[in-house]
Amino acid sequence: MPRLTLSGLTKAYGKLTVVDSVDLTLEEGEFVSLLGPSGCGKTTTLRMIAGFIDPTGGSISVDGAVLSAPGAVVPPERRGMSMIFQSYAIWPNMTVAENVAFGLKLRKLTREEVTRRVGEMLEVVKLDHLAHRYPAELSGGQQQRVALARAIVVKPAVLLLDEPLSNLDANLREEMRFEIRRLHDEFRITTVYVTHDQAEAMATSDRIAVMNAGRIEQVDAPHLLYTRPRTRFVAGFVGRTNLLEAQVSSGMLRVDGIALGPSAQPDGPVLVSLRPQAMTIHEAQPPLPGPVFEASIAERTYLGESWDYVVQPQGSSLRLRAAAAPLEAHEVGRRVWLAIDPRQVSVVQ
Amino acid sequence: MSDAALPAAQVVRPSRLRRLEPVTFLWIALIAALLVLVAAPILKMVVISFEEQDTGVFTIQNYLTAYGRARYLEALRNSLMLGALSAAISVVIAVPMAWAVSRTDMPGKGFTWATVLAAFIMPPYLGAIGWILLAGPNSGWFNVTWRALTGTTDSLVNVYTFTGMAFVIALHSFPLVFIFVKSALDLISSEMEDAANVLGGGTWVTMRRVTLPLVWPSILGGFILIFLETIALFGTPAIIGIPARINVVTTQLWQFFEDPVRVEVAAAYAIPLLLVTVGLISVQKLMLARKGFVSQTGKGGERRQIRLGPWRWALFGWCLLVALLAVGSPLLVLLQASFAKAWGRGFSFDNLTFRNYEFLLFEHDMAPQAVWNTVWFSGASATIAVVLALLVAYIVVRRLMRFADVLGFLAMAPFVIPGIVMAIGFYAAYAGPPLSLYGSALLIILAFASRFLPIAYASSQAAIRAVHPEMEEAARILGSGRLHAIRKVTAPLLKTSLLGGWLVVFIVASRELSAAIFLVGPRTRTMSVLLYDLTEQGNFEVVSAFGGILLVITLAIVGIGMKLVGRDFMLRRE
Repeated sequence: MPRLTLSGLTKAYGKLTVVDSVDLTLEEGEFVSLLGPSGCGKTTTLRMIAGFIDPTGGSISVDGAVLSAPGAVVPPERRGMSMIFQSYAIWPNMTVAENVAFGLKLRKLTREEVTRRVGEMLEVVKLDHLAHRYPAELSGGQQQRVALARAIVVKPAVLLLDEPLSNLDANLREEMRFEIRRLHDEFRITTVYVTHDQAEAMATSDRIAVMNAGRIEQVDAPHLLYTRPRTRFVAGFVGRTNLLEAQVSSGMLRVDGIALGPSAQPDGPVLVSLRPQAMTIHEAQPPLPGPVFEASIAERTYLGESWDYVVQPQGSSLRLRAAAAPLEAHEVGRRVWLAIDPRQVSVVQ
Repeated sequence: MSDAALPAAQVVRPSRLRRLEPVTFLWIALIAALLVLVAAPILKMVVISFEEQDTGVFTIQNYLTAYGRARYLEALRNSLMLGALSAAISVVIAVPMAWAVSRTDMPGKGFTWATVLAAFIMPPYLGAIGWILLAGPNSGWFNVTWRALTGTTDSLVNVYTFTGMAFVIALHSFPLVFIFVKSALDLISSEMEDAANVLGGGTWVTMRRVTLPLVWPSILGGFILIFLETIALFGTPAIIGIPARINVVTTQLWQFFEDPVRVEVAAAYAIPLLLVTVGLISVQKLMLARKGFVSQTGKGGERRQIRLGPWRWALFGWCLLVALLAVGSPLLVLLQASFAKAWGRGFSFDNLTFRNYEFLLFEHDMAPQAVWNTVWFSGASATIAVVLALLVAYIVVRRLMRFADVLGFLAMAPFVIPGIVMAIGFYAAYAGPPLSLYGSALLIILAFASRFLPIAYASSQAAIRAVHPEMEEAARILGSGRLHAIRKVTAPLLKTSLLGGWLVVFIVASRELSAAIFLVGPRTRTMSVLLYDLTEQGNFEVVSAFGGILLVITLAIVGIGMKLVGRDFMLRRE
């Protein structure tokens, strides 16, 4: 039985539908991100899972028991979940240890048990030396760890994270990303993580659900999301891509007359996503299988970790972005050969 | 499977009954409380202004009576002029002080702050009594000294004049302008002024053309508030104006309450006060809502002090003069009189006595009772106001109910109702049958609670806004119910600001006169009312001693507040 199931989950404010029949299933121990631009409904979805918002349609169940349905909602305190908030919501009137102990005390554990588990937890997040400090005396990263400890120590059925890293600076954000994943690997708590930052979602998640305008566009493992986007939105939102208008005729996919390989799609116009990493640039014709054609370098920008080329196939008005390693320098105007990896060509809706 | 002790899965089927959370009942209770405290008195007052006494038949006779005599119309005109003059003098006093403290390197800023605070804390009627001792035409200290120095028989100043009265009122109202203008100035970055300097404007040109226009809305806002406070003020016009035969709206209203009480006429006569207040407050709101003209430009940019050179001593001299006139000299003469056998005999040992205090504390039949009344009325009304305001603010800020804003509107409504009008409303609604609360402690406590509800509401609202809702949500998701979360998380975080709000209400309630004077009975007189009654008897030594007791109590409370809540808890602009 899946741990968490959202089925047809919908939230509408008057005529405005912010979450539109979302279906999502999390197995026990799974880490799934809700990724999308602001206003896509991801936070509303998370807050419905937590029980802070009542759905107007569909249901939420944990281990098969319905917790939320229109007009029948179990309040947050009886869901056995925990949550990490954007503002951390560390209580400034309690010490670090008191913050972490809060949920345990509510579970009527013995005092020894509470002390032991708080101590263990603080050790895991490397805050044992700060147990008796007040939150105001901690740095942003440390406060974040308190929030993590406080949420995880109760071993919740589902852990919810609402853009937990958005208030941290860039370096710390990267560090905390791995910290969150490390804690997940250690405790295997079923987790829903809301973020608008794809790098965060990629680094932490088993699967990512990309949301747009209240709907889930695609749910997949991070690398599949990148290499095989299924919709135009996913292709454009996750990473950069070349979105091309292509034609399928007699089982062959063509862009502006260039054959990209066979396609199972019915004949007609389609939209194709071609990642910059799916192309390689060669000075001489490479002996590769797959589509190779002549082109010229139209523009180039050096980005440090890679080159960003704009390449124009010969006899075509297409402009394709292609990425290349730093040592693969080609002058602007140079005649080159462009090879495409057919496995990374995705037809999107 | 998780080992969460809270059984998430086995929860019984939740029902629709959750919709009827306790908060719904609370909402109904709050609406009822606010109707009793705010809506009913005002509506009742408007209604009875159209009713014939005793019979309750519809009539406009009350309005014909109220506006049918030249004397009554003159009182109206006097009130408007007094308000404008006092507000203008306050602006003249306060704007240079605010500019000096906020923007310049003037010395003695702490002293200036203390002056403003002291002038704010001192009840205005006490200042008025002090000024009678200072500037009474015959035996006032200033005039006696003037005659001794010059040998003339004329008097230098006379407090029993229209300007004298406006001046005394301004000396205790200017802190409002000061707070408004200073907080606006605090938000202007020096870069605004630098930009003018770079283009060739000197300090004075820059101040005139850039800085002052930026704080103009705040100055006007302060002006309007003082104007409104003055036209609703009872104490000073009664103490100075009645002997000087200057009649204003509030003293005229008081006369309508003399036997035979004509509440209906008073209600009709109070309507302009209400309309002017509602109108001006709306104007002020509109004005401050106009974007681009508002001085709040954010805290960005560096702020530097303007170096004034020798001029800084001139500004300090101004602040010193204000301190002497508003606080120093009135306090000194009150203190002298309170320990004197006869205050006119001056400072000497054989004139020294503790008799006045002894008389008040041990022999006067009413004084100890009045002290007790003041403390417990103020305490009870502050508690009611803060509890009510807190509940309303919580529901409004957290948007727990659909029509929560109605509650907020009602809680803020007394802000546009002058205290004296509120008192007439309470009298009209509850003094007579069926409740017959006239003269009872309950009536006064309710009136105070209603009158100062907006102060409590503003501070509760600010306090609750400062507590992120996620603080409570974090507690709830970990397993605590709404009430448990409020008790464990929200309440401890609100404690300090609520205490601050409670103390401010307590302090303003403890010196309240304009509403109390209409509602007290023989045994429920407060210190302020008794002080006014003593003034009418003309024994200034006893009056001063009683003022001293009032000040000591107020200072003690302010001191406790500063210790527990923070130095400027009284003067925060909210």
